[in-house]
Amino acid sequence: MSHLDDLYRRVIMDHYKTPRNRGTMDDGSVTVNLNNPTCGDRISLQLQIEDGIVKNAKFSGEGCSISMSSASMMTDAVKGKTTEEALSMAEKFSSLMKGEDVNFDEYEDIEALSGVNKFPARIKCATLAWNALRKGVENGQGQHEGIEQ
Amino acid sequence: MDPIALKAEFPILHQEINGHPLVYLDNAATTQKPRVVLDAIRKYYEWDNANVHRGVHTLGSRATDAYEGAREKVARFLNAASTREIIFTRGTTTALNMVASGYARSVLREGDEIVITPMEHHSNLIPWQQAAKATGSTLKYIPLQPDGTVSLEDVEKTVTEQTKIVSITYVSNVLGTVNPIAEIAKIAHRKGAVLVVDGAQSTPHLKVDVRALDVDFYAFSGHKMCGPTGIGALYGKSQLLERMEPVEYGGEMIDFVELYDSTWKDLPWKFEGGTPIIAGAVGLGAAIDFLEQIGLQQIDAHEKKLTRYAMERLSAIDDLKIYGPREERAGLVTFNLGDVHPHDVATVLDTYGIAVRAGHHCCQPLMRWLEVSATARASFYLYNTEQDVDRLVDALVKTKEFFG
Repeated sequence: MSHLDDLYRRVIMDHYKTPRNRGTMDDGSVTVNLNNPTCGDRISLQLQIEDGIVKNAKFSGEGCSISMSSASMMTDAVKGKTTEEALSMAEKFSSLMKGEDVNFDEYEDIEALSGVNKFPARIKCATLAWNALRKGVENGQGQHEGIEQ
Repeated sequence: MDPIALKAEFPILHQEINGHPLVYLDNAATTQKPRVVLDAIRKYYEWDNANVHRGVHTLGSRATDAYEGAREKVARFLNAASTREIIFTRGTTTALNMVASGYARSVLREGDEIVITPMEHHSNLIPWQQAAKATGSTLKYIPLQPDGTVSLEDVEKTVTEQTKIVSITYVSNVLGTVNPIAEIAKIAHRKGAVLVVDGAQSTPHLKVDVRALDVDFYAFSGHKMCGPTGIGALYGKSQLLERMEPVEYGGEMIDFVELYDSTWKDLPWKFEGGTPIIAGAVGLGAAIDFLEQIGLQQIDAHEKKLTRYAMERLSAIDDLKIYGPREERAGLVTFNLGDVHPHDVATVLDTYGIAVRAGHHCCQPLMRWLEVSATARASFYLYNTEQDVDRLVDALVKTKEFFG
């Protein structure tokens, strides 16, 4: 069971059951719809980016505890960050999924997802929101559709 | 039939997953392979391997005999009228695509109709969407009853004189529904349509007789019935196959080739361009022998009994919702455990060594009909036991406690 506890830490279940930033914005300047066709998970991420700063982030969608808690944590973490900082955080998240030791400083909740590394089949769940973030920041304004490969 | 003795024939089933003996309940996705099938493939490569229908040497003859011998087994297994009606394919998906592009596109005209159901696997849905678009015909759906079955009155209403093709799965890979194929065939034929059947989930579990059912095309996969992956077959009535265009052109399917035109071999070879999956066919032949030795009726009866037991035990778990008909269903149970996402359910079960499927099962329109994004599914085969079901139930109870 310890194996499982590692995957589903209390902090992950907390974000899953009471997600932060769930919903939509009218003035979201970028919307990214990303889905994972192998499992049917989907996320719609809205980012309000002004002067190179992520002013606000909201998400909606459907998925497992890992994908939804990851989205909750990510949207919390990137708010107020510059787009460069947001992208480097996405990089760090990729490293975390590879099993590397990464420090998220004040957003230490994210580190709880390190356990996903031991469940290769679930890594895509955790990265869905972060890939949406990357797409949104890199492609800028407008609506973007994508498929998680 | 003794599932515990049968289990001994499957080497893969004797291992531990995450510290627990493996309980394999993902048989609707693919089944495990018995030693006789593994041995047949090995023996073929070690002793008989050569290309078929080409070499005049001894190995060439042996390989050809092995390949065509497998075709005879398939023909007998389905009770086809002749081996001319059996085309080896990669599996169900390729077979259904072959009908949708080789047959349907040549007979469909603007204004014609293709009739399917919302319970179809993507393999029996997207080829028809594409055929409809390419020919200007209309794709129509027979509605589902609230319990996930199809009523013959609805079939009668949906299939019209304009309908040229009715395509339906024999057994639903999600709902476990067993469709009344013989009755649907009668309706389709009365209106002048041909009936295509997706047999991916029926062939491994039920005695199938394509002539008694009077189906026009029937597709199935070897890997869901103890055979290897990459092999399956399309059955088609010979007069329809005669009318059907080859889907692949190239070596092995030709008769005469001139600079600007060519002619094709006779059935079934005109549909088998290139070097076929010889070892796959040999493995499928061995799987058919294995299943026939046990008896399809016995397998069906065992799975029905196991499913009744599973339904009874699973129904006792609070918040567990089972989809599909309660009675008259095939050997699988699709469910959701409260609001725990099925992926989370599958991950927890895996830590107890239990393999189930979670997701949309390649049936996205059906998921929408069920109003869920995904489900979990336990699917049984001849080697599963009541003890496997008990392990599943215990682990689900623990999953529920875990997510509390």
